[in-house]
Amino acid sequence: MWKLSLIIFAGAIAAQSPKYGVGRPATPEQIRNLGSAIAPDGTGLPEGSGTVAAGRTVYAARCAKCHGEKAEGGIGPVLVGGQGTLSTAKPLKTVGSFWPYATTVWDYTNRAMPFDQPGLLKPSEVYAVVAYILNINGIIGTDQVMDAKSLPKVKMPNRNGFVADPRPDVGDKTRH
Amino acid sequence: MKDSKRSSRRQLLRVGAAVGGGLLARRGAFAQQDAPGQLGIPLGPYGERSPYEKAVRWRRDTKTPETGSSFTPLQDSVGTLTPSSLHYERHHAGIPTIDPAQHRLVIHGMVNRPISLTVDEIRHLPSVTRTLVLECGGNSGSEWAAKTGPDVQRSYGLVSCSEWTGVPLSLLLNEAGVRPGASWVIAEGADACRMERSIPIAKAMDDILLAYGQNGEAIRPAQGYPLRLIIPGWEGNANVKWLHSLKLTDQAYMARDETAKYTDLMPDGMARIFTYQMEAKSVITFPSGGETLPGSGLYELTGLAWSGRGRIDRVDITLDGGRSWVKAQLQEPRLPIAFTRFRLPWRFDGREAVIASRAVDETGYVQPTREDLIAVRGTNSAYHFNGIKFWKVQADGTVTNVEA
Repeated sequence: MWKLSLIIFAGAIAAQSPKYGVGRPATPEQIRNLGSAIAPDGTGLPEGSGTVAAGRTVYAARCAKCHGEKAEGGIGPVLVGGQGTLSTAKPLKTVGSFWPYATTVWDYTNRAMPFDQPGLLKPSEVYAVVAYILNINGIIGTDQVMDAKSLPKVKMPNRNGFVADPRPDVGDKTRH
Repeated sequence: MKDSKRSSRRQLLRVGAAVGGGLLARRGAFAQQDAPGQLGIPLGPYGERSPYEKAVRWRRDTKTPETGSSFTPLQDSVGTLTPSSLHYERHHAGIPTIDPAQHRLVIHGMVNRPISLTVDEIRHLPSVTRTLVLECGGNSGSEWAAKTGPDVQRSYGLVSCSEWTGVPLSLLLNEAGVRPGASWVIAEGADACRMERSIPIAKAMDDILLAYGQNGEAIRPAQGYPLRLIIPGWEGNANVKWLHSLKLTDQAYMARDETAKYTDLMPDGMARIFTYQMEAKSVITFPSGGETLPGSGLYELTGLAWSGRGRIDRVDITLDGGRSWVKAQLQEPRLPIAFTRFRLPWRFDGREAVIASRAVDETGYVQPTREDLIAVRGTNSAYHFNGIKFWKVQADGTVTNVEA
């Protein structure tokens, strides 16, 4: 009994008791309904898997209309190419040349695509179409399968292409 | 014609009133030769501006009407607040229609008590009201190009200033109980694409507002109704609209809009990430590109200055293309991270003048020139252009950008 009270007491301190007691406990279902937000280490990725071949089919059915048959762009942006252009006068920023994490491709495709019906694709279809886009960018082989384990391990070409914000970097900072 | 008739009748009435009651009896004799007065329109439940006022947002054509930006008509602005109806917009998947009675904000992840809040519950908590500027990280993106924007709306109009009301985000995070080790808040909107951004916990616990009010009423749908983040001094995109989820995590989630977009590509091919901060900036709104001065004479040159880092300390004006600068008058009160209106009486003598403003904020930061920015960042960084904007007032009074 004494032990139990101590645990309750310690728990209360750790919990920084709420001042207003506002809101109701969020239910697991409520949180699940918000959908997946995917961390770069793969946290949040659901079950399922997709092959490059399956992704080609999904792409043709759901993506090509806007992004072009060969991902060359159209209503939607180009999804392929551009590697080696970032320091040139005309950089081409694509999934292949610029995006630092494959998990971001999964997260964005899942939450925001197809543009006119976001959320339409099932997890395995998202894995598949991401596999296809990574493949046509030369990032993964044709026989590689994407799932919650393999996707976060994909090394994106521009993974180390980002630096912290150094501003203020321009302008006379002395007080006049 | 009718106006002059009415004003002459008004004059007669004034005479009548002055002479006294005796004359009033004869009013009919005057009115008889005149058109009778017409009643105005009745009182209404929700106001509209005069049909003679035409200021509107300008929208760049996009392939999909649900995405894109609309720009505040800064050239038509007076004072320091932007009407909600003219606040700039940037949407990624259209404006959702949200019933506030059905809307919930869920705070979850690394918290002791995952909670779900209604809009009413949030509105009953202790509130804060602040006048704050909101600027798109991509505002003035046009100015990186060799030929800069032709007018102030299209080149500087992705910025607006409102009075925002809401609850300190720290209060709500304390209600949920942030667990040790939680270092980021992942904010997600309820628009079709569920726009998401990662925000460092230190900023979340500092001065971020969970806002529900704008300029004395509920936030407009285009601005995030019923709930949005307002992050003082940070780029608009991070101020997630239609907020329905805050997830506490131990890492940034590297969302598309903080990696593929809203990162600043440097000439060496490296991109700056998490460039949230908006820096000091100003622009002359009158006279500005596209306008025409009707002739020589005394004008009030005016414009707006702001900084994401605090108050505006000083605004300098040049009338000779940057060779000499004079101090503008600043409208008080100068609120931190809000529009500061500046003014300078100016006599246009019919000779070409190249004019510009330069803001200095309370940190001592001086708004740079376009050339200074390009020397460090090149021309492909897309975001965070805050350079000095020059307008050319031509001898005939027309105002253009300097390339014209």
